[in-house]
Amino acid sequence: MTLPPALASLDQLFVNGKAALLSAAHRVLPAWAMPWVSILIVIGAIAAVAPAIMMYLTWLERKIIARMQNRFGPDRVGLYGLMQPLADGLKMLIKEDIVPRGADRLVHLLAPILSVAPAILLFAVMPFGRNMVAADLNVGLLYVFAVSSVGSYAIFMGGWASRSKFSLLGAMRSVAQIISYEVPGVLSVVAIIMVTGTLSLTGIVEAQAGRWFAATPWGFVGCLMFFLSGVAEVNRTPFDMPEAESELVGGFHTEYSGMKFALWYMAEFLESFAICAFTVTFFLGGWQGPAVPFWPAALLGAAVIGTARRLPILPKLLGVGAMLGAAFLWGAEAVPSWMWFFAKTYALVFVLVWFRGTLPRLRVDQLMGLAWKFFLPLGLMNILAAGFWVWFPFPFGTILSLGLLLLTAWILVRANQPAPTERRTYILAD
Amino acid sequence: MSAFIGIGVLRGMWVTLREFLGTYPVGRALLKLLGQPTGHGLFTIAYPEKKQQHAERFRYFPFLVYDGTPDNLRCVSCKICEQECPPACIHIVGPEKDAQGRPLKRNGRTYPVEFDIDTSICMSCRICVDVCPFDAIEMDNQFELASTDRYGSMVLNQQALLKPNEYFQKIKPTEAGVVDQRLAAKKPKAEPAAPAAPPTPPTP
Repeated sequence: MTLPPALASLDQLFVNGKAALLSAAHRVLPAWAMPWVSILIVIGAIAAVAPAIMMYLTWLERKIIARMQNRFGPDRVGLYGLMQPLADGLKMLIKEDIVPRGADRLVHLLAPILSVAPAILLFAVMPFGRNMVAADLNVGLLYVFAVSSVGSYAIFMGGWASRSKFSLLGAMRSVAQIISYEVPGVLSVVAIIMVTGTLSLTGIVEAQAGRWFAATPWGFVGCLMFFLSGVAEVNRTPFDMPEAESELVGGFHTEYSGMKFALWYMAEFLESFAICAFTVTFFLGGWQGPAVPFWPAALLGAAVIGTARRLPILPKLLGVGAMLGAAFLWGAEAVPSWMWFFAKTYALVFVLVWFRGTLPRLRVDQLMGLAWKFFLPLGLMNILAAGFWVWFPFPFGTILSLGLLLLTAWILVRANQPAPTERRTYILAD
Repeated sequence: MSAFIGIGVLRGMWVTLREFLGTYPVGRALLKLLGQPTGHGLFTIAYPEKKQQHAERFRYFPFLVYDGTPDNLRCVSCKICEQECPPACIHIVGPEKDAQGRPLKRNGRTYPVEFDIDTSICMSCRICVDVCPFDAIEMDNQFELASTDRYGSMVLNQQALLKPNEYFQKIKPTEAGVVDQRLAAKKPKAEPAAPAAPPTPPTP
């Protein structure tokens, strides 16, 4: 059976699809326009996918949180509440846009836009699959940290321009927190640069063929540190100081409503998706995965769709048909790289939501203490551990770095024990 | 165990994961396989499709009881409930009188011309039921009374309020049994054509 070249491989489906689009455009457009068309296709794809990802992250988060609290979550709008994000978006669009009197109107407007832009820019270097990256920068890792830290400007601008004490307090907390957590975040990936010798995200993923970095002692510690710093950087529970509802009303977005508010949320969700995606890229093997054939995955999908109780018969038949068709066409291939990437990323998204469903908010001093008194020394020692791991031959390097990290963690935990508070006696009370 | 950093956090996270898994049949099977408690399951009831089974003593707004046919209502229009109602949501006109001003009787009883209960005022206190000497008014458990018309359909008139004794026996068997027993004891012996005897008067 001969397939058109665009459908020849499931792994390269999107890459070949883009090539097919380009060759179709080449028939009508001159040669000099082709790079622009190529760029437009990629930008269009990201601009379409990113809001869709954000919308369904809100749905996913509400569903998972609800199940952890023994509720159903949204299930009134559409099947399984799948239309809920659209309904919410529509509501946000038609809501009144209120700007407080005395606010800096221009900055108030710019802040949410400036917070969404870097979040979407992060998608440009995300390696979604083999050859599936919009811009394979050779300084990709640097780009990730440079762009993601722009978000703190946006948050402070929003808090400052609102002319509200809650907004300003939230924004100041946010700046303190983001700047603090950038340090351990960067330190945790320095080890990767040492080991792989590249800043390109594709290069980092390719260096993890056969062995994910999270499986090494320094990689495991780095992975935890990077992920937790990321959680703190995107202001999610348990590090959601800047928007602590119970203390600050809404934090930096107290004075925002309507679509501007939706933009803040969009930035937050896109950034949390990006943090999960980059943790996967740096430490969990990116799009690498075991060479499992594709047909069991397709059959599993068909079984899940086929046994869904609330699905009407027509979408059920279509879904099962599509899954069986995919199994028939590409069954012999390995599970495609982009599927591994998304599976790992969504597993981490689940962990994020799981954190939110479980952990209470930290106190401000605990939050700062974690960054400066625990993560920072551990990150520095982690670089040394990675050095041991690279320098010494296999068993010795691993043992040495593991021992060093365990010792460091033990010392840090002991050293960070809070001092016992003095027993106070109130002379006048009795 | 507290020697290891993060054990307490992991233990807490296992609790929420267990509750998450326990809301799905597959997850419950998995937890059983692991020998773990299966969590509490879903508490929410998908309301319009599924309804909660409420207790027999659950009460909402009052209704008027009749025996057999709607014109054989127990209410004699004595207006005690109208007097006693704390938010004054009961409005009674009556009893019906003839041209000379003597009260008309039906089935040996006077009867109200109008009997309205404003459900937007009623606070479901059950005082009307307690004060009624004729057991003519009882508490209903029907709560789906929403309407878009504030002044029209929220005020229930006599037609809407009248419900048979069989309905009372169905929604509140225990209470209806006690009431039926009391009414049967009050009834003069000379009247054999009594309304249906209580099905099974339970011993209180």
